[in-house]
Amino acid sequence: MAPVLEVSGLKTHFFTRAGTVKSVDGVSFHVERGEVLGLVGESGSGKSVTGFSVMGLIDPPGRIVEGSIKLNGKELVGLDEEGFREVRGREVAMIFQDPMMTLNPVLRVDTQMIEAVTAHDKVSHKAARERSRDALAKVGIPSPEERLNAYPHQFSGGMRQRVAIAIALLHRPPLIICDEPTTALDVTIQSQILAEMQGLCADTGTALVWITHDLGVVAGLADRIAVMYAGRIVETGAVDPVLDTPLHPYTSGLLGSLPAEGEPGAPLRQIRGSTPSLARLPQGCAFAARCDYVQADCLALAPDVTPFPGARGVRCHHPLNLAGVAA
Amino acid sequence: MLAFILRRLAQALFVIAAMLVIVFFGVNVVGDPIYMLISPEMDQQQIAETARALGLDRPIWEQFLVFLKNAAQGDLGRSFVHGESAIKLILHRMPATLELAFVALVLAIVIGLPLGLYAGLKPESRLSRFIMAVSILGFSLPTFWVGLMLILTFAVGLGWLPATGRGPTVSILGLETSLLSLKGWQHVALPALNLALLKISLVIRLARAGAREAALMDYVKFARAKGLSQSRIIGVHILKNIMIPIVTVLGLEFGSLVAFSVVTETIFAWPGMGRLLLEAITRLDRPVIVAYVMVVVVLFVTINLLVDLVYSALDPRVRLTEATS
Amino acid sequence: MSEATLPAAAPPVEAKEETPFRRFVRSFIEDRLALFGLALFILIVLLAVAAPLIAPQNPYDLASVDVMDSRQPPGAASGEGFTMWLGSDGVGRDLLSGILYGLRISLMVGAFSGILAATIGSAVGLIAAYVGGRTENAIMRLVDLQLSLPSVLVALILVAGLGKGVDKIIIALVMVQWAYYARTVRGSALVERRKEYVEAAQSLGLSHARTVFRHILPNCLAPVIVIVTVQTAHAISLEATLSFLGVGLPQTEPSLGVLIANGFQYMLSGSYWISVFPGFALLMTIVSINLVGDRLRDVLNPRLEK
Repeated sequence: MAPVLEVSGLKTHFFTRAGTVKSVDGVSFHVERGEVLGLVGESGSGKSVTGFSVMGLIDPPGRIVEGSIKLNGKELVGLDEEGFREVRGREVAMIFQDPMMTLNPVLRVDTQMIEAVTAHDKVSHKAARERSRDALAKVGIPSPEERLNAYPHQFSGGMRQRVAIAIALLHRPPLIICDEPTTALDVTIQSQILAEMQGLCADTGTALVWITHDLGVVAGLADRIAVMYAGRIVETGAVDPVLDTPLHPYTSGLLGSLPAEGEPGAPLRQIRGSTPSLARLPQGCAFAARCDYVQADCLALAPDVTPFPGARGVRCHHPLNLAGVAA
Repeated sequence: MLAFILRRLAQALFVIAAMLVIVFFGVNVVGDPIYMLISPEMDQQQIAETARALGLDRPIWEQFLVFLKNAAQGDLGRSFVHGESAIKLILHRMPATLELAFVALVLAIVIGLPLGLYAGLKPESRLSRFIMAVSILGFSLPTFWVGLMLILTFAVGLGWLPATGRGPTVSILGLETSLLSLKGWQHVALPALNLALLKISLVIRLARAGAREAALMDYVKFARAKGLSQSRIIGVHILKNIMIPIVTVLGLEFGSLVAFSVVTETIFAWPGMGRLLLEAITRLDRPVIVAYVMVVVVLFVTINLLVDLVYSALDPRVRLTEATS
Repeated sequence: MSEATLPAAAPPVEAKEETPFRRFVRSFIEDRLALFGLALFILIVLLAVAAPLIAPQNPYDLASVDVMDSRQPPGAASGEGFTMWLGSDGVGRDLLSGILYGLRISLMVGAFSGILAATIGSAVGLIAAYVGGRTENAIMRLVDLQLSLPSVLVALILVAGLGKGVDKIIIALVMVQWAYYARTVRGSALVERRKEYVEAAQSLGLSHARTVFRHILPNCLAPVIVIVTVQTAHAISLEATLSFLGVGLPQTEPSLGVLIANGFQYMLSGSYWISVFPGFALLMTIVSINLVGDRLRDVLNPRLEK
C-alpha cells in the first residue's frame, strides 16, 4: 500500500530581513499507514517547521520553495488556502506543544469542537455536539456532557491536551502530526497521554509523526525515527537499530546526553557548541563545527545520504559503528 | 458576583462624593459671579440684595452645606442666568448629547474595527501602512480643527450636508431622537464623524494590535489546523478576543465622547448639554457648571460599572476569578 | 544616564565602544519620518522666535493695521504695499504675521506648561514612590481620579474657575498634565527602587536625596522625555481648543486658537483662509512634535523594539 505521507526534497525557507533562513532544506521521509515516525531534533532543527509545512501552516515571510508533500498520494505543495483547508482536520490533524495555548480562551469547548466537526461534515448542530461528546469520552474525560459547556481555563493542562487530541481525532484522519504534545506536561501525565495516544492510534489505524527533542519518548513510542539537524534529516531508520548503533555522530551525541545512558554519578556528556544559524550555514557539513570526529572533507563538502541495510540512511562522510551495522 | 457589584457600587459612590466636594469648592472659590450678573447701574445695596437672593453672601462652607442638603434631594441649584433648576436644564439637553455620542461610538466601531483588523492581519500591505498613517494623524488633529475642515468640505464646499443644528426630533418611549428621519441623519452626520475621529483612530490601533497578537497565538494556528475557514477564524476566534479590550476601552471612552462633545457641539451648533456648559462657563453660571460636572461624573461612574460587568460577561476567565474571590 | 545601566545595554558584538547617547541618536535618525518631524519642528520654532524680524507686519501695532485691508484673500496687496501671502483677517491684519506671532504664544504656553507639569508631576511621583504608605495611596488615588476624567473636561472646569489669561491657562494646563508624569515616574521609580544598585547605594549610606536624584531619577528620565513630547503637543492642542471655544486666551494674546476662532465666523461666507491657515500652522506644530515623540517612544523603550 502507498504510504500515508511522502515528503521528498522539501525546502521551507523564511525570507527575513536578516537573510534567508533555511529552516527546512531538503527533507525527505515517508510515513506508512498506522506507523509512528519519531522526528527528533534540537529546537531550531526545523522539525516543527516540517510539521507545519505538511499542514500548510507556513506564513510569510516563510514559504515552501521546493519539494513535494504527498498525502495519500495527493500533492499538497501548491494547494491554495481553500484546498489546504479541506485537507486540514480531515486528512491530517495536528496537536500542538502547549495545551494552555491551543484552545481559544474565550470560546467554550463545545463551540471549538462543533466548529471542527462542521468544518468538514455538513451535519446538524446536535449531531456535531454528540460526536464531540463521544470524542471527549474516548480520550478519557469524565462527564463529557458537562465538560462540553466549560471554558478551557476550567481544565488542567493534561485535560486540555486530551481535548486537543479529541479534536484531532474527530474526523479520524489517517495521519496526525504531534508537535511535542507532552513536553509541557508533568511527567506522570506525559506517560498517561503517551499510552493513550498509542492505544487510540492502534484502534483507528492512525499514523503519527511525533515531533520531539526527547529520544526517551521516541524509544518507547515510535516505529521509525528520523533525526533532524540544521534543516536536514541526518539519520533515519527503525528505532531500535538507530538507538542501539547510531551511525551519525550527532545521534550518538544526543544519546550520550540522555541522563539514563550515563553511569550514576558520572558527568553527563553534552554536545559542545550550539546549533548553527540557519541563515548562515557553513559550506561543508552543518555539524562539522561540533563534531568530535570531524575531518578535512567534512568542512569542504556537505555529505549526501548514504543508504545502509535495513532501510537506514545517514548523512555523514564518516559514519560511526560501521561494524555494528555490518554485523 | 453580588459582592463584586456591591464593592464597585461603594467605590462609585465614593468617587461621586469626592467629585462633589472638589467641584463645588473648585468652582466657587475662584472668581465672583455677582459681577457677571449685575448691571453697571446697580448701587451697592442692590448688589448686596442680589447676592443675598442667590445665597452668595453666606460663608463658603455654609453655601456648601446648603448645596449638599439640596443635592441630596436632587437639586443642584438654580441657574443664575436662566433662573431655572440647573439639573433640569442639563437633563433637558442631555438626550441630544447622548444621541451624538452614541452615533459617534457606533461610527468608531463600524469604521475603526474593519480597518484595524485589516491592518493587523496584513501588516505589510500598502493599505495597512496608509491606514496606520491616517490613524496617527487622527490622534494628532485637534477635534475642533477637524470640525472646521468637515464644515468647509462637506457644507461650504460640496454643499452635501448641513453645517449646523439638529434635525427634527420625535419622541419614542420618552426619548427624544432625531435619528428617525433622513434630515436628522444629515444633521448628525458631520458632528458625529467629527466626534468619532479620535475614537476611530483608537479603535484602529486597538484592533490592529489585538489582531496582530492574536494571529500569532497557537489557538489561531490550531483553529486553522482544524480546517476552519478564514472568515470563521477572523470573525469568531480573533474578533472575540480583541473585542474584550475594545469594548472595555470604548465603554470608558463614551464618557470622553460626552466631554469632547463640548467642542463639537459648539462648532456644529448642536443643542446639547456641552454647549450649555460652555455658555455657563463664559457667564460664570456656577450651578449649571456644577450640575453639568455632577451629571457627567455620575454618567462616567455608571459606565465604568457597566463596562466592568460587560467585561466579565465577555471574558470567562474574569468571571471565574471574580466569582471565587 | 547613570553608569549602572551601561554594561547590560552595551552590545557585545561591536568592537568599537558606542555611548548610549550616540546609539540613541543613531537609532532615532533611522526613521526618516521622525527626522522630517524634527526638522519641521525646528523650523517652526525658528520661525516663531524670529517672528518680529521676518513678519511683514506687527499685528500688535494698531498703527500699522488698516481696516480697509480686512478679509483680503491670499496674495492681495496690503495698504502698506507688501503682499499678504495668506490674506488678512477680519480687522485687516496680515494673516502670515498673525500666524508667526501666534506661534510664539502657542509654543510658549505649550513649553511652559510642559516643563512645569513635568517638574511638578515627576517630583510628586518620586515622592509617592519613595515615601510609600498613606501618602503614596492618597496621591495615586488623586492621580487615578483625575486621569479617569477627559482632559478637555478638566481643563474647561479649571478655566471656569480660574478665568482667562496666559498665566491662568498655563496653570490649568499644568494641572491637567501633572498626573501623567506622576503616574509614570512613580511606576518607573518603583521598578528602579527594587533594583540592586539602589539597595547598594543605600547600604553604602548615601543620603535619601542623593539616592533619589543621582540614582532613581536618571533612570526614570526616558519615559518622562517621551511624555514631555506627547503632552506638550497635547497642551498646545488643548490651549488652541480652549481659545477657540472662547474660554482660553484673550484677544490680546492671539494664539493660533484665537486666530482660528476669529476666522470661524467668516468661514460659512467663504473667507476660509482666516481659519484654515492658522489651523495648518497648528497642525504642523502638533504633527511634528508627535512624529518626534512616536520615534522617541520606540527608541527609548527597548521592550517595544522588534
